[in-house]
Amino acid sequence: MLKLDKVSKTYKTGDKALHHACFEVPAGQVVGLIGPSGAGKSTLIRCINRLVEPSSGSIQLGDTELTGLNRRELRRARRRIGMIFQEYALVERLTVMENVLSGRLGYLPAWRSYFRKFTGDDIAQAFSLLDKVGLADYADKRADALSGGQRQRVGIARALEQNPELLLVDEPTASLDPKTSRQIMRLIRSACQERNLPAIINIHDVLLAQQFSDRIIGLRAGEIVFDGPPDALTDDVLTTIYGDEDWTQLRGENGSGDQGEDASGVDLMESA
Amino acid sequence: MPGKSTAHTYPRHWKRPPLLLTHPFWRKVILLGGLVYLILAIQTIEVDWQRVYLGLERGWRFVQGFLVPDFTSRWNDIYAGLLESLTMTVTSTVAGILVSVPIGIGAARNLAPAPVYLACRGIITVSRSFQEVIIAILLVAMFGFGPFAGFLTLAFATIGFLSKLLAEEIEDCDRSQIEAVRATGASWWQVVNYAVQPQVMPRLVGLSLYRFDINFRESAVIGIVGAGGIGATLNTAIDRYEYDSAGAVLIIIIAIVLVVEYSSSYIRRWVQ
Repeated sequence: MLKLDKVSKTYKTGDKALHHACFEVPAGQVVGLIGPSGAGKSTLIRCINRLVEPSSGSIQLGDTELTGLNRRELRRARRRIGMIFQEYALVERLTVMENVLSGRLGYLPAWRSYFRKFTGDDIAQAFSLLDKVGLADYADKRADALSGGQRQRVGIARALEQNPELLLVDEPTASLDPKTSRQIMRLIRSACQERNLPAIINIHDVLLAQQFSDRIIGLRAGEIVFDGPPDALTDDVLTTIYGDEDWTQLRGENGSGDQGEDASGVDLMESA
Repeated sequence: MPGKSTAHTYPRHWKRPPLLLTHPFWRKVILLGGLVYLILAIQTIEVDWQRVYLGLERGWRFVQGFLVPDFTSRWNDIYAGLLESLTMTVTSTVAGILVSVPIGIGAARNLAPAPVYLACRGIITVSRSFQEVIIAILLVAMFGFGPFAGFLTLAFATIGFLSKLLAEEIEDCDRSQIEAVRATGASWWQVVNYAVQPQVMPRLVGLSLYRFDINFRESAVIGIVGAGGIGATLNTAIDRYEYDSAGAVLIIIIAIVLVVEYSSSYIRRWVQ
């Protein structure tokens, strides 16, 4: 489905953000991408839809080689990739409906989008998605009138409105409380299962990553240092990814269910 | 208790260290030098107290005229000048906005490619380098006396003002909102329409109203150099020593500026 081969990114400043990233994601798989701040998680997912231009390597989505597309082809490829952002990235002064419908912009000529003339199918789908994320009554509210969790739901609806073949998710829970974080992750997870949609979720919170991913990729200083199932994430592996730390507390909380997780010091710090 | 005894060893006084002039000797030299220069500079100003006295007398006559403004005897002149000024203000502001928006977008580094950016910044610089009066003198020489020269002057000055501030507003836009719309596969026009326009619209409205206000006041000034409007009426009244009529003109200008000021702050709040 998605195949990365030796993808590297060196910024103009000389910072090597990503070095020879290679992995494949089959349809329907949810990948949790973890690693310390500055490890290149954000760069990696932005290289895939080329919001950041990769320096070298190849990225294939289905049969399309994404690197080397011209601008027009790139726009067509981006339509197939939904993205969910940290801090939601909704256009605050537009209505919730406009934000969701903006997922269809790539399919609409500019004059139609200017007059907000979306097709009936697009509008019906937007309403059904809003209903699904529990915001059916908020369609005409302005996005800046919503709470954090509600905004991220709109963000999810916008990404799904694209009918994407791949979901890129950048720190979806970074500014949400622990409970809302779990609801948001559950929503993303169920959307992926329902549509057999592969997703790469870039996330700080190791417990959330383990709980909601089929597979974990660990990134450290731009290199993939771990790639395996969530239960293979041992203390040693965490030390490889993040450096030395006492992981026993994190481990201990892991087995004791929801209540314990929310009380965990590490977890609270990450989600706050 | 160990905690208590260590607390006493910390200093209880703290002063903000000087951040700009850190060297104590040079700090004294520079501050003292500045003071000496200021005193010397003030001493070089020559004041002709005789002329100040005469000016005060003239000023007093002016104040007297201002206190008993005469709206009636020159009402036809005042009315015609006022109408001309308002026409000039409205047309030049509208024309200025229409030209400023594309130039402002072109002068925003995050939207325009380098050649377009440089060209638009060039236009803005040319427009901003000359004060309205100078442009008016030039245009009156080219197109003759009257409001057409005034219209061109104000429209030209509006372009420099609005484009520059609009471009800066666009450059200050929230990048993540632009990124999110771009990630859906939207074209350049759609990004401008969906991500940039909602963010800058309230500011654009506010700036346009402010420029309307400036254009009206400027129309009084450039009237003095022959560009028509209420300024010409005011100039004639002062030349004829009709301070009561001049007072009437000034009061009308103040009243109109006040009305524009109040309505613009109301409109700005409304479009927020």
